[in-house]
Amino acid sequence: MSLLQEMNQRALELGVPLGVHLDVTYRCNERCIHCYLEHDDHGEMSTAEIKDVLDQLAAAGTFFLTLSGGEVLMRRDFFEILEHARRLLFNVKIKTNGVMIRRQEALRMRELGVEQVQISIYSCRPEIHDAITKLPGSLKRSVEAIRFLKSQGLKVTIANVLMTANLGEHAGVQALAAELGVSYSLDPTITPKIDGDTSILGLRISATELSEVFHNKNLVGNVEEFCAPPPPAGEDILGGLPCSAGHTAAYITPYGDVFPCVQFPLPSGNLRRQKFIDIWRDSPALHDVRSIRAKDLPVCSTCSHVGSCTRCPGLAYMEGSMRGPSTADCEKSFHRTGIPSANMLQKTRPTGPLIQIQPLAV
Amino acid sequence: MTETYIARSTAIAARMLGGEMMVMSAVDSTFFTLNEVATAIWQAADGRTPLSEIVVRDICNKFDVALEVAQRDAEQFVHELAQHGILLLSDHPFESAPVEAA
Repeated sequence: MSLLQEMNQRALELGVPLGVHLDVTYRCNERCIHCYLEHDDHGEMSTAEIKDVLDQLAAAGTFFLTLSGGEVLMRRDFFEILEHARRLLFNVKIKTNGVMIRRQEALRMRELGVEQVQISIYSCRPEIHDAITKLPGSLKRSVEAIRFLKSQGLKVTIANVLMTANLGEHAGVQALAAELGVSYSLDPTITPKIDGDTSILGLRISATELSEVFHNKNLVGNVEEFCAPPPPAGEDILGGLPCSAGHTAAYITPYGDVFPCVQFPLPSGNLRRQKFIDIWRDSPALHDVRSIRAKDLPVCSTCSHVGSCTRCPGLAYMEGSMRGPSTADCEKSFHRTGIPSANMLQKTRPTGPLIQIQPLAV
Repeated sequence: MTETYIARSTAIAARMLGGEMMVMSAVDSTFFTLNEVATAIWQAADGRTPLSEIVVRDICNKFDVALEVAQRDAEQFVHELAQHGILLLSDHPFESAPVEAA
């Protein structure tokens, strides 16, 4: 167990929200076709409110802070927020499209000791990337941002969301990352929109294409190991936790709503009405999330993939039940190993209404 | 004898977790956890107090350790952290205000 894993385990035992993802705005200068957010401002937290939230997170023991959006630099006070976060000694990761990052912004991020910057790139060809972002010239600007950040010695990761609109482009983006000397990550996950619109799920790549991705050694490394049949599940796996959401991780929206994770829109409280620590400790929703063990999942507990599945309780929640299936993850397990999941064998289909982020009742 | 002054770098992240201090360097992502004694030195690293005084005031007076051993271990500890850019060392007091200890 690495030192970091030991710290995660300790945070779990102590009930500390070690990692928090804070979206400082949903506003954005791009209009990505796969984006799940609604970009109008419905009353973002003020600078003072966000600083207060950061103070509360530091007091609660949060160490890893992801600042994201929307586009973080759409907030004119972003560097004031970042400066405050670094004064509180958070380990800060920034997710951005990079369009507004020039030499001066990169210099400021380095001066403030940002740990890592993640920039989304969809293709190394502007006609594809810019068609996805709907912002002409965005690829050029994003790549320039990466160069500015690298020149300051900052760690940069290119995040490459894979969808039908950029299928086959990942090799080029991966090569671009290598040329720029930055890390590369690929994600084939497309989630429903925040307003409940599921039309963007049509952008998910097909089963055949997903299978090809999982069997591509340039993407997964050791294919044999990555696609190996799941090992038998022991008591440790069945008694284990699904993921860190709500256990050592939390998500905060620009409006102060608290959720277990950015991909788990279960309303758990609002920071304009309650202190973070009170929500974290006392929210019935978070207690419910924390009660979930693999052995309690009606169907997944009987699935051969239970020990190796990437089952996301948030995606399951969006399908109707946080204890139910996450169809996208069933399909990933199947196309990775060729072995159908228990949910697939039962031909389980989501039955409940699609649940999305909704305002909390006052 | 030349004094050693220690100050916390601005290029770090730090937080207390269960009585231990987690420290990560933003320069090379090296991750440390500091035990109780090391945390005491870390928290006292204001850039103005000589290490020898920190050892007496924050280590020997609070922990059951001989001065000579504490001084040697402290020297080794601060030099190791300095190699990763987590602590700054000088033989003169630092002029700027110290970074918060978390």
